[in-house]
Amino acid sequence: MLKTLHGRERLQLFFGLAIGIIFGFLLQKGGATRYDVIIGQLLLTDFTVVKIMLSAVVVGKIGVYFFRGLGMAQLHPKPGSVGSTVIGGLIFGVGFGILGYCPGTMVGAVGQGSLDALLGGIVGMLIGAGIFSEIYPKLERSILNKGYFGEITLPQLLKKNHWAVIIPFAIAIMALLFWFQKSGL
Amino acid sequence: MMDRWSPYVSGMGIGLLSWAAFLLSDKPIGCSTAFSRTSGMIERFFRGARVGEKPYYKKFAPSVDWEWMLVVGVFIGAFLSAKLSGEFQGQWVPAKWAETFGNTPLVRWVVALMGGIVMGIGARWAGGCTSGHGISGTLQLAVSSWLAVICFFVGGVATAMFIFEVVH
Repeated sequence: MLKTLHGRERLQLFFGLAIGIIFGFLLQKGGATRYDVIIGQLLLTDFTVVKIMLSAVVVGKIGVYFFRGLGMAQLHPKPGSVGSTVIGGLIFGVGFGILGYCPGTMVGAVGQGSLDALLGGIVGMLIGAGIFSEIYPKLERSILNKGYFGEITLPQLLKKNHWAVIIPFAIAIMALLFWFQKSGL
Repeated sequence: MMDRWSPYVSGMGIGLLSWAAFLLSDKPIGCSTAFSRTSGMIERFFRGARVGEKPYYKKFAPSVDWEWMLVVGVFIGAFLSAKLSGEFQGQWVPAKWAETFGNTPLVRWVVALMGGIVMGIGARWAGGCTSGHGISGTLQLAVSSWLAVICFFVGGVATAMFIFEVVH
């Protein structure tokens, strides 16, 4: 039943839009579309963004792995390599720190009226994505595949059953969140 | 409607939403490929169909897809949320920026533009952003995504500290 649903292209575009609307709503309500909140996270004075991300990860991973166990969902882990993930991740981080929004929260910020996100962030990111498409063939030949490790997941890496990873990991994240609350972060 | 929700409620809501994305659409939530596709569409507008021949656009065709619609939705959802709580307001310079660097729109605009360019390159270089790697990839326990999100924050914290503690 789900498979036929996944094949219905127009309906899928509508699902994408609907999921996006809820995502944007939740990001805005959580405070993550505000520059002050995001930059506070990067200056380590406001832990809102990490709290949102970690709560999403705990709930998300339990459900997604549960539905996968029932054969109702498939994983789509992204492939990785040192050359792409680490170097790209650090470049992203520098941009993130300069701009004070990430791509999703930047779009949400535009929705709440932030003009720096619209005319600075969005325009800049489109230029950046264009530059990347230009340099991609060169990077692909040189850096991107250095230290390639593929689409592996932590349970595969540790050679453990996924629940043996998910449960302790979820407990550790909840302990960390509890500690944030206790220490007033 | 309350203007701010607990970050835990918002985060758990996003976690539940990721279930819906996997079940209904067989897709993880992400935001940054939509920017590549849009950039490709703009380039195609000026340079014609041969843009589609670029190797990167063979991987990510410059067209509207599920994730592109999701990004449009994020804009609408944040707008609705801000409108409902009376927070929608045109703003050039965020308060925290103004506190440290003054409220000249031009300065903030130039910096935001530069940040956007660097972030756009980095997101495509790393194959994802704070949504695709940071939430969707980490919840799948992907090694690439945990590594990416650590690098996002290492780079982000170092840069923000540099700008706010050193440059100012």
